[in-house]
Amino acid sequence: MSTQVVSTNIAETFAPMSARRLLIFGGIALIAGGMLFGDIFAVFVLHQNGGQTGRALLAASEAVSAGNALAVKEAFQGIGGLLEDHGTKVDAHVHMTDAGYLALLLALIQPYVALPPRRKKLLAGLFITSGLLLPVGIFLIHYVGLAYSPFAAIGWASVLADTAGGLLIFVLIAEGYGFQVFLQGGSLGSEPELPAERTWERRTLMSGGALLILVGFLYGAWYAGVDLYRQEAREAQILKDMLDYSAGGQGGAVVAVASYGSLAAERAVKIAAHSHVIEFGLLAMLLSFVQPYVGLSERWKRRWVLLLLAGSAILPVFVLLEMNLGLVAGGIADLGGLFVIVALIGMLVGVLRYSGRLDLGTEGGS
Amino acid sequence: MSVGSKVLVFGGLVLAALGMLYGLHYAIFVEHQTLDRMGGSLAQAFLSAAQRNPMEANAAITAYASTKYDYVRQVDVHSHWIGLPMMLIVLGAVLDNVAFGPRAKTWIAVALVVGSFVFPLGVILQTVSHGAAFASALAILGSATVTVALGAVVWGFASSNA
Repeated sequence: MSTQVVSTNIAETFAPMSARRLLIFGGIALIAGGMLFGDIFAVFVLHQNGGQTGRALLAASEAVSAGNALAVKEAFQGIGGLLEDHGTKVDAHVHMTDAGYLALLLALIQPYVALPPRRKKLLAGLFITSGLLLPVGIFLIHYVGLAYSPFAAIGWASVLADTAGGLLIFVLIAEGYGFQVFLQGGSLGSEPELPAERTWERRTLMSGGALLILVGFLYGAWYAGVDLYRQEAREAQILKDMLDYSAGGQGGAVVAVASYGSLAAERAVKIAAHSHVIEFGLLAMLLSFVQPYVGLSERWKRRWVLLLLAGSAILPVFVLLEMNLGLVAGGIADLGGLFVIVALIGMLVGVLRYSGRLDLGTEGGS
Repeated sequence: MSVGSKVLVFGGLVLAALGMLYGLHYAIFVEHQTLDRMGGSLAQAFLSAAQRNPMEANAAITAYASTKYDYVRQVDVHSHWIGLPMMLIVLGAVLDNVAFGPRAKTWIAVALVVGSFVFPLGVILQTVSHGAAFASALAILGSATVTVALGAVVWGFASSNA
C-alpha cells in the first residue's frame, strides 16, 4: 500500500465527525450488513423455506382429498408462518441495504443542504440509527408476533419498524427542506463540495453502474410486458387444478404442487435478477463518489472496483440461470454476492485508513 | 450546480419522501389487512374444496388472485418510488459530467423525474381498475421515458470518457 498525499480540499470535505463522514461510514456498513444478511438468508433459509412451504401445500391438498377441513386449517397456519418468515427476512435485507444507499446519497448532497452543522450531524445520526432499527424491527416481526400488543394486527416489532421508518421520512423531509433553503440562496453550510477528480476508478464505477441500471430497466420492462400477467394467470390456474385434482381424488395434485413451486421459484429469480442488477448499479455509482476517501494504493482500489463490478454482473446472471442449472448456479450467484461484500468491506477499510491518517494529521496539505 | 442537477436532486428527494410516506401508510393501514385477505382467500379455497364445494373454491381462488394482483403492484409502487429517486439523486450529482449542452441536460433531467413519477403512478392505478388500458399505458410511457433518458445519460458518460 502506498502512502498517499491528499489535497487539503479533499481533507476538508471529510472533516472529523462531520455529517458526511457519519453517513459514509454508516451507509457502507448498512449496505455490507444488509448484503451479508441477504447472502446468509439465501444459503441457509431460502431453499429450505421453499421446500417446507411446498410440503405444507401438499399436506393441504391431501387434506382436501380426505375431506378433512381441520387438517386444511392446520396446514394453512403453517404456510402463513413460513411465508411470514420468508417475507420478513427478504424485507429486512432490502430495507437495510436501501437505508445504506440513502445514507450515501445524503452524504453526496450535504454541501447543498443549508442547515447548521450540528443539526446536519444530528440528522445523520438519526438516519443511521433508524436505518438500523427499521430492518431489526422487520426481522423481529416473525418472532415477536402479537405478544403483549394492544393492536389487533400490529405487534411491537412492527411498531419499532414503523417508528424507524417514520424517523427516516422525517430526516428526508428535513434534508429536503435544507436543500430548498439552499436553492433559495441560503448559505452552503460548512461542508465543501466533493472533489471533482475524474480517476479511472470513478469513471469505471460511474459508467459500469449506469450500464447495469440500464440493463436492469430493460430486463424489468421485458419481465413486466412478457412474464408478469402470464405468471399471474398461471398461478390461479395451477391452484384451481390443484383443488380439482385433490377434491376429485385424482393423482395430479402432487404435479400441481410441484408446478406451483416451480412458478414461485421462476418469479422469485426473475424479480431478484431485476432488483439486484439495478441496486448494484446504483451502489457502483454511489461508491464512485467515495473513491477519493479510500486510502489504498491505486492497484488495490482498482482490484476492489473490478471485484465489485464482477460480482454485480455474476449475481443477477446466475440467479436467472438457477432455473436451468439449479443449485450450481445458485452457489455461483452467492459467490457473486460475496464478491460485492468483500469489495465493499475492502473499500470501507480504505475509508477507515484514510480517516485515521487524516485525524492523526499525517495527510492533507499537499 | 446546473439546472438539470437541481431538478434531479430536488425531484429525487420529493419522490423518495413520497415513496416512503406511501410505504409507511401501506405498512400501517393496508399491508396486514391485504395479507390476511390473501391468506384467508387461499385457505377458504382449500376448505371449500375439502367440503366438496367447487363453486365456492373457485370464487375464493379468484378473490385470492385479485388480492395478489393488487398486493404485487402496491409493493412495486413502494419500491420503485424509492428506488428511482435514489438513482435521480445520484444522477443529479454527476449530470455535469455528461457530454451534452445545458439545455439537453435539463430536458434529460425533466424526463427522468417525470418518468419516475408517472411509471409507479400507472402501476398503482392498475389496482383501481384491473386491466385498465389507461393505467397500463401510463406505466409503459413512464418506464419508457426513464429508460430512454437513462440511455441518453449512459451515452453522455461514454462520450465524455472517450
